[in-house]
Amino acid sequence: MNAGLYIAQRGTAVILAFAVTVHLVTIIYAIRGGLTAGDILARTHGNRWFLGFYLVFVLAAAIHAPIGVRSILREWATWRGRSLDLAMLAFSALLLVLGVRAALAVYLT
Amino acid sequence: MIRPHLKPGFLAAMLHRLSGIALAVFLPMHFIALGMALGGADSLQSFLGVTHNAFVRTAEWGLVTALGLHMALGLRVLAIELFAVRERSALVVSACVACSLTVGLLFLLNGS
Repeated sequence: MNAGLYIAQRGTAVILAFAVTVHLVTIIYAIRGGLTAGDILARTHGNRWFLGFYLVFVLAAAIHAPIGVRSILREWATWRGRSLDLAMLAFSALLLVLGVRAALAVYLT
Repeated sequence: MIRPHLKPGFLAAMLHRLSGIALAVFLPMHFIALGMALGGADSLQSFLGVTHNAFVRTAEWGLVTALGLHMALGLRVLAIELFAVRERSALVVSACVACSLTVGLLFLLNGS
């Protein structure tokens, strides 16, 4: 892993440590006794603070996950080179697009 | 003497990687499921209704546990790399596993 990827991986790890903690506390607190989709969306829609939080969460995950998967594939599958980098860029873009779409669906509309 | 593949550091790295792979596979599906909210509460509710079975609940528990485990073991890596912490025992790894199992159980019990 080169220096740029290493810094990106560890930097996003710090952000994700905070974000995952908030996320876990939120989902465990929120699902007490079970919630319907209507209950969930009634609480989330229009909450711009959480929308901002989850957009940062998604961006950090879209950077962090492909770098980690890339390292594993390089070591365990001996897949290297440009094709691996392009595949991981595509994976990152997929996470970013789907994640932003999900955050907007739950917190904006 | 402990065999190399049973050393805490190796187990920690293996658990960190396996939980990371599980999360990387799960994340796109999680986002697609949440994106159903674009179709309104009814659309999301119809999906949630399908997920109310023992298999999905077990999978959810596993993924929440994996998330907690990946985070806890990631914090261990950050502590070793950024603060030059030298952990020599299985204590830290055991604590990481215990914390993640606790989070998973809390999730499971709260949703039941």
